[in-house]
Amino acid sequence: MLRLKTPSSPHTHAMTSVSITMLKVIVALIPGIVASTYYFGWGILINIFLAGATALISEAAVLRLRHYAIAPALLDGSALVTALLLALAVPPIAPWWISVLGSLFAIVISKQLYGGLGYNPFNPAMAGYAFLLISFPQPMTAWLLPETLSGVHLNFMEALHVTFFQAWPTELRVDAVSMATPLDLLKTQLGVHKTISEIRFGTSIIGDFGGKGIEWIGNWYLLGGLWLLYMRVIAWQIPLAMLATLFALATLFSLYDPDVYSWPMFHIFSGGTILCAFFIATDPVTAATTPKGRLIYGAGIGALIFIIRTWGGYPDAVAFAVLLMNIAAPTIDYYTQPRVYGHGK
Amino acid sequence: MSVPSFGYIVKEGLWHNNTGLVQLLGLCPLLAVSTNVVNGLGLGLATMLVLTATNTAISFIRNLTRPELRIPVYVLVIAALVTAVQLLINAYFHDLYNVLGIFIPLIVTNCAVIGRAEAFASKHDPLRAATDGFAIGLGFAIVLALLGAMREILGQGTLFSDAHLMFGETWRSIEIQFWPGGDGMLLAILPPGAFFALGGLIACKNLLDAHRKKRIIAPPSPNNAAKTAAYAKAVN
Repeated sequence: MLRLKTPSSPHTHAMTSVSITMLKVIVALIPGIVASTYYFGWGILINIFLAGATALISEAAVLRLRHYAIAPALLDGSALVTALLLALAVPPIAPWWISVLGSLFAIVISKQLYGGLGYNPFNPAMAGYAFLLISFPQPMTAWLLPETLSGVHLNFMEALHVTFFQAWPTELRVDAVSMATPLDLLKTQLGVHKTISEIRFGTSIIGDFGGKGIEWIGNWYLLGGLWLLYMRVIAWQIPLAMLATLFALATLFSLYDPDVYSWPMFHIFSGGTILCAFFIATDPVTAATTPKGRLIYGAGIGALIFIIRTWGGYPDAVAFAVLLMNIAAPTIDYYTQPRVYGHGK
Repeated sequence: MSVPSFGYIVKEGLWHNNTGLVQLLGLCPLLAVSTNVVNGLGLGLATMLVLTATNTAISFIRNLTRPELRIPVYVLVIAALVTAVQLLINAYFHDLYNVLGIFIPLIVTNCAVIGRAEAFASKHDPLRAATDGFAIGLGFAIVLALLGAMREILGQGTLFSDAHLMFGETWRSIEIQFWPGGDGMLLAILPPGAFFALGGLIACKNLLDAHRKKRIIAPPSPNNAAKTAAYAKAVN
């Protein structure tokens, strides 16, 4: 007798899981990490290691306290992605406890205290970064001059010494190799009534678009982000809406008064804009989830980045913009739910 | 209504019904002022003084006030007594007064004060009302001081800084500095730090309560006489 088996739906399977998604995100970050290491040296990798180790250990400890299975949550890679994103935002010459404390805050307070992966309303990496920036403004804003500019290369042991003891090689002075970020520089110089073009051509750290070196790192993040789009790990709406809004606002204001408002490409290629557009704002847990909602969410982040960078107190705005839109995401989702086929409004 | 014993009133005010940790009343001064121990203690003690006085006064007039008018009358009494306390602090602890600023007159609007007047003092005799005000106020002061200590240690790496504002010049030296430089986690001093610290304190209290409950209620092991006795006492 012929038996026709009818398996239940879904009939095709996408073979996705949290671990595979997170693995793809990590792979997509690799070009950016390599580029950052090329420009800023070993400090980047040391920060990644410190943040990653802290994230895994603290996640395991909290899961144990909560009587949850430890292995599946650690292996899904979400803690590692959080640690990576946080470590990439921390200055490469920051003392070791910066990465450790930030990672601890991100995992324990902004992720596990809210109930773990999937329950956190705020992006853990950005919450950790905001915590660090507010708590320790001085070490968080001292960036290393890109090695291509300063011509100084710290070998691995010297970088370790800097991270753990803040001890620089004897022939170097800290202020010779460290700098304010281009965004920071622009802000302080505008504060003393210099025009944009005076600032842009009066310093050696600003290149064609953003900060020298930093603008190229943005391109490598862009490459990874486009690959994520191609693999359909992230939705196109958020990065597009965010970058377009930021660019449009920056163009508008720059046309209005080019002496006070910086050129649009500066906004795109400075700070964490690209990293945010493809890797941070697209976090599936804390972002809006409906197609229309994602457009609004992305546009909101873009607008907030411009507003906070231009008129706010802190030089970069990515973390605050993301956190503010995180709070708004549930409301956005509520009002943009797509119509179910066959049903009225 | 049964009359509560004094021990019960004190236990409620200090622990089970603590203003800062359980009722979560008066959070505005609690979060705004507790940037160091001395500020916290100063405002805590001022609130305790006010609470004791208002509870006593309101208990005395509890049979004279008409129910329709009781709230305006209570507010008038509280405002009068807070003004007195404010003038006292201004006279005797002028530097502390300058630091605490607006938060001393704002004790009038501290909902713990009108809350105790309405919930307790208007229903009990003056002695019990005074005890309740004292216990609730002391509980509040302790939480304020603890919160101040946590935030001061994390935020500026010191403890008991500015002690001379409250106790006089000879006490200036009790300031403890945990690490040189005086830098700390700025967030602890800022308002979000107050919420984090208060959340931590409440979690600690709940943890202690749960732990104690488990110790008493857990079934006794046969070889532990003390536990068996505690269990029998809890069950009976």
